[in-house]
Amino acid sequence: MEDVLKIADKTFQSRLFTGTGKFSNSVMMRNALIASESELVTVALKRVELKDDSDAILTHLSANHIQLLPNTSGVRTAKEAVFAAQLAREALETNWIKLEIHPDPRYLLPDPIETLKAAEELIQLGFVVMPYIHADPVICKRLEDVGVQCVMPLGAPIGSNKGLRTVDFLEIIIEQSNVPVIVDAGIGAPSHAAFAMELGADAVLVNTAIAVSQNPVAMAIAFKKAVEAGRMAYLAKLAPVRKQAEASSPLTSFLNV
Amino acid sequence: MSSFKNVFESYDWNTLEQEIYAVEAEQVRAVLDKEKVALEDFKVLIAPAAKPFIEEMAQRSNALTKKRFGTTIQMYIPLYLSNECQNICTYCGFSMDNKIKRKTLTDVEILKEVEHIKSLGYDHVLLVTGEANRSVGIDYLKNAIALIRPYFSNISIEVQPLEQEEYEVLRQAGLYAVLVYQETYHKATYKMHHPKGKKSNFDYRLETPDRLGRAGIHKIGIGALFGLEDWRVDSFFTALHLKYLQKTYWKTKYAISFPRLRPHEGELQPKVEMTDADLVQLICAYRILDEDVELSMSTRESEVFRNHIIPLGITSISAESKTNPGGYTVEKESLEQFEICDERSTAEITEMIHSQGYDVIWKDWDRNFTIGF
Repeated sequence: MEDVLKIADKTFQSRLFTGTGKFSNSVMMRNALIASESELVTVALKRVELKDDSDAILTHLSANHIQLLPNTSGVRTAKEAVFAAQLAREALETNWIKLEIHPDPRYLLPDPIETLKAAEELIQLGFVVMPYIHADPVICKRLEDVGVQCVMPLGAPIGSNKGLRTVDFLEIIIEQSNVPVIVDAGIGAPSHAAFAMELGADAVLVNTAIAVSQNPVAMAIAFKKAVEAGRMAYLAKLAPVRKQAEASSPLTSFLNV
Repeated sequence: MSSFKNVFESYDWNTLEQEIYAVEAEQVRAVLDKEKVALEDFKVLIAPAAKPFIEEMAQRSNALTKKRFGTTIQMYIPLYLSNECQNICTYCGFSMDNKIKRKTLTDVEILKEVEHIKSLGYDHVLLVTGEANRSVGIDYLKNAIALIRPYFSNISIEVQPLEQEEYEVLRQAGLYAVLVYQETYHKATYKMHHPKGKKSNFDYRLETPDRLGRAGIHKIGIGALFGLEDWRVDSFFTALHLKYLQKTYWKTKYAISFPRLRPHEGELQPKVEMTDADLVQLICAYRILDEDVELSMSTRESEVFRNHIIPLGITSISAESKTNPGGYTVEKESLEQFEICDERSTAEITEMIHSQGYDVIWKDWDRNFTIGF
């Protein structure tokens, strides 16, 4: 059976989602995104000129059949997020929204209360909601309850490149989730992405690590391969890690089992 | 109500000065070996003893800035609305005792200036005035913001300190950021340079960022004017102010500027010189202290300096600025606040930035996000 990822009514061959921020120029961005073979690319609503057809980011993406995933970065409340999502739907003609509500502009950590509120409202308004959220298994279930089509828990603070610092909680989220789990934020190296996929994440989202690399195109390819390798390993089932060596003086040999 | 004043008063200028100048090389080494730098460490990074480590500081500042902001520089431009002023500030061209005809732009004139600025590509604008509360008060500012809002994604102001309620009104009219510089945190020196007008009230100015934070303004810019006092101690106080504000108003973004005294009508010579190397050291020290704070560079600085500063930690830059009301088209010869140094065009500056492998960002906000919910 073909291994595809399904979110709402769309299927994806690639399990690597990417972003458009922090690149040194739009051509570099486009080349890296094409090299990544990513089919879903997030773009901050605040960075694009919605009324203008000549926007540098949008023109470079639209030519390459990449699905745009507008995000609400910059908003501080559920109210603002809902407003921004409606704006994005109208201007970019997509009802997909990456819901990001981080009132704290330093570490950009998601506000779980506002995110849940906004998600509930956006679902009712007919959006496909992809919420950026803490690696908190309870909030992920609560989001699932209101109808989000996936959850996007963070591996580490966004842009930190620190890897899966929240691994214990990610494992619980993956174990419990009925919707795809996409590890978002903190993935700084292809090995981190591979690790997330080995754990059973359905996809990862990577931006800074590609954009800020000395060679974004090569790094995009490295991430693509890592995600594929991790996914393949997950499907092939990893050999169990042995927690202890075989005892030299068995305690139960008298049982002859 | 508690404010930064309480924190500020628990520090002593002279003690800090002694501590900073007594720092030794081993302390600098130890701080640079840390992964996370605290306010106490900032003292060490701005000390004379850290100067030999400037290359290492610059490399670290470059890497941290790229990680957080990418290889990008945000563009902005000032739009001076008025040079009327009822303050005497010894270093400023707008000072009341400078007997030169004053100018405040009308709506029609503002829109003419806006048209010119838009033709250069700008989408983030900084409105600047002197302090003339009767003619350029809250009503004038509110009107100006509403007037230009359709043309800009992001509007900041650098005007006289206002009350919290007034900031709330302006925020709802579409204001994003407010810049308010303490000029110097040395109380006696502050008094000397601001003998007359509302600005002579040191405490009112010191507590302005608190009022901004309470008013929910998205971004607050702070800083000191270098040349009035020892830049190291003034910078420590700025960093102290920043850390206090970050903890107290945690939803707000912060920016720091580094104005060095420039010639103007009335000429005040800097008391303390800040060299280019000093300024680079300071910029890197701020970045190492704080990965997220925006660091801004104006046209006060020279071409050569601005060419080299791009990869060292700054995140936004202005170009082609006029520091007089009407300076772009309406009344080119009106009284200016100070002479800019880098007079290159916007196109030349963006070319210079691109040539260093950085992308230029024009838009990083949406006017629909400033909707006053």
